[in-house]
Amino acid sequence: MEAIRQLGQYATLLYHALRSILEFSIYRKNLFQEFVKIGYESIPIIMLTGVFTGAVLTLQTAYQLDTDFYPASIVGSIVGQSIIIELAAVIGALVLAGKVGARISTEIGTMRVSEQIDALESMGFNSVTFLVIPRVLSGIFMFPVLYVIAAVTGILGGLLAGSLDGILPAAEFMQGAREFFFPEDVVFGVVKSFVFGFVITSISSFKGYYASGGAEGVGNATTQATVLSCIYVLLSDFVLAALLL
Amino acid sequence: MIEIKNLSKSFGENLVWENIKFDISDGETLAIIGKSGCGKSVLLKHLNALLYPDKGEVVIDGYKLFELSYAELRKIRQKFGILFQGGALFDSINTFENVAFPLRYFTNLGELEIRKKVEKALEMVNLIGSGDKPTSALSGGMRKRVGLARAIILEPEYVLYDEPTSGLDPQTSEEINDLIIYMSEQLEITSIVITHDMHSVLQIAEKVMFLDQKKLSWHGTIEEMKSSTDESLLDFIKASEYQI
Repeated sequence: MEAIRQLGQYATLLYHALRSILEFSIYRKNLFQEFVKIGYESIPIIMLTGVFTGAVLTLQTAYQLDTDFYPASIVGSIVGQSIIIELAAVIGALVLAGKVGARISTEIGTMRVSEQIDALESMGFNSVTFLVIPRVLSGIFMFPVLYVIAAVTGILGGLLAGSLDGILPAAEFMQGAREFFFPEDVVFGVVKSFVFGFVITSISSFKGYYASGGAEGVGNATTQATVLSCIYVLLSDFVLAALLL
Repeated sequence: MIEIKNLSKSFGENLVWENIKFDISDGETLAIIGKSGCGKSVLLKHLNALLYPDKGEVVIDGYKLFELSYAELRKIRQKFGILFQGGALFDSINTFENVAFPLRYFTNLGELEIRKKVEKALEMVNLIGSGDKPTSALSGGMRKRVGLARAIILEPEYVLYDEPTSGLDPQTSEEINDLIIYMSEQLEITSIVITHDMHSVLQIAEKVMFLDQKKLSWHGTIEEMKSSTDESLLDFIKASEYQI
């Protein structure tokens, strides 16, 4: 029953957000601030995630395929495609659920319990337009950009790990990666990160917006936002794979 | 004019109060008193439709508040300024920007005019020169004064004060009370003040509403309160250690 009530609240929040999306002048400033916070400020953690994901994947793939049946370049093919189709989007999204999602729910939740949202509403502002729309739009636009960065750094990490460890030369790695590079895989990754951006920012905004009960309430809202974001990222990953692959 | 008609509110199974009815005339200063947790702030939030009742209605200048569309409601809300209990200042921007916030979004004023208005408002609340301070660097009293400056910057017809003097030292409380009187007399603002500070009540209010036992237990003018024989009201006043 509680789950249905929350689903109704979530749908209502999204409906209000959608209805006021044309009030651009109200949220323009916040939108650009969120582009910076969600996009620009997430680049270091996304690069770090990408590099290490690619590096570890290369070492493990080389270890598992350590026979004479396959050419060494197959490692580059497997790493490249795994990163582009799945890992850059999903691992990046899980990291961002912690970084971006937790910030959004804490920020909006604190505004709720300290009556800042009431203050906005009492002035005649639509608080959903002001707070939720810029965060969700930034998620939708910035996650695909971060996905591309994660994918590039992931392949670079794999290439570096392979050559530094002496498993396969960089040229061979790239040859393998190029052989199995299909542009539609990138499109699939971009579509996934677009959906993950929406899922994480909308769930986190929702949890923060309806937070109650002081510091403990904000803490609970943030925990729920992060956990639910991760669950729905994995769920939507499965649904998208079933639909689009 | 604000008319409150048979207002009742519950949270789940918990009845807050029922059948509250009273009118507030233009230019009047009304104090709503009662014990902590009796629903004073809940009542205040109904006057601006920040909360909705289970039944009853609030009529502002002829408009039935709970029947308005959201767009209409936003227009009515602009007639109000609210001073929240903790100030409710936006902590992502500094003091000046907090006060300038409504001007930037609801007026077409230029930067120079905004600066003049904000500085005038900050001067009125004795905070001139504090515009650059982050809100986290303000004391409780300063936060309330900034909240007050922001509440009146658009020159509202009604100002709602939620516990304006709670947690403040006597001197700062006195300053806040003087400001409320100034707003009412000089700017002809209708003021509704939630408080349990009887000193403030006697200083600022013309009329008093006493919430007790989940209803409007007593209401009248300050003079009527002084001569009242209502036991629960007298008990409340006695408990507040104030002699009238």
